[in-house]
Amino acid sequence: MSEFLAMGGYAWYVWPAYAITLLALVMSVLLPIRRHKDLKAQLTVLVRQRDTTDAS
Amino acid sequence: MNQTKANPWRRRFHELGSPPSVYALAGRLAPWLAGICLLLFAGGLTGGLFLAPTDYQQGESYRIIYIHVPAAWLSMFVYAVMAISSAIHLIWRMKLADIVARASAPIGAVYTFLALVTGSLWGKPMWGTWWVWDARLTSELILLFLYLGYMALVSAFDDRRTASRAGAILAVVGVINLPIIHFSVEWWNTLHQGPTVTKFDQPSIAVSMLVPLLMMALAFQFHYGWALLARIRSEILESERRTAWVSDLVGHRS
Repeated sequence: MSEFLAMGGYAWYVWPAYAITLLALVMSVLLPIRRHKDLKAQLTVLVRQRDTTDAS
Repeated sequence: MNQTKANPWRRRFHELGSPPSVYALAGRLAPWLAGICLLLFAGGLTGGLFLAPTDYQQGESYRIIYIHVPAAWLSMFVYAVMAISSAIHLIWRMKLADIVARASAPIGAVYTFLALVTGSLWGKPMWGTWWVWDARLTSELILLFLYLGYMALVSAFDDRRTASRAGAILAVVGVINLPIIHFSVEWWNTLHQGPTVTKFDQPSIAVSMLVPLLMMALAFQFHYGWALLARIRSEILESERRTAWVSDLVGHRS
């Protein structure tokens, strides 16, 4: 296991490359999914407000 | 109108361009793309990090190839998608094409950034330098600036239609950079190695290394699809926020 982590002496190049890639790929799906959720919630509030003002 | 009702294929085609059906389709498709993407990553990473042999020249450092090459391929593929949708938007004024281009830009920028950073982390131990101003690296850096320029341009106008058109023109003109990136290693003397996978007549990579590399490339491809659908949904909601179907959507559900 420690031999695997050492990457033949290149650990300081291989693992940061993989870490940055993982982070960037995860963020580039998580952020849009969260933005979509927020946007939907925001629009729900707007539509409810509009409906109640229309009704009164 | 009657014609579109009579011909189901024609109706299909019309639905492809209609925001509510694209929005619904994107929502249904996304989990599948996500699942396939994660499976491919699991397979590609197992193959690339555990099963593939050590390179006889580069030792273990070569394993950066499994993220560097897919990121670099996708950085160009996404730009091609962006340029083609921009052209479609310019010619036929198709709204969906503009949405695809806008949603692709930040994802492509991420792949380009990753190709540059992982390349740098690979270059340091192999070439002894983080960066050289050679043709391949410089043209890839220009690609990053094209993505960032597109995003800046599209957000610089208050009028959405003007913004889209300006961005689309930049995207189409910038496509000239793609062949420059691809052939840079042949046209100029460069530190960057030539193609190993794309010369099929004489492949210079072992099968046990090639299979995980192709799996990782497919995984990135599906990641692009997944991220694209997620962004498209927000873009559609944003641009259709005043329509009745969006009110129905958020009013009835959630």
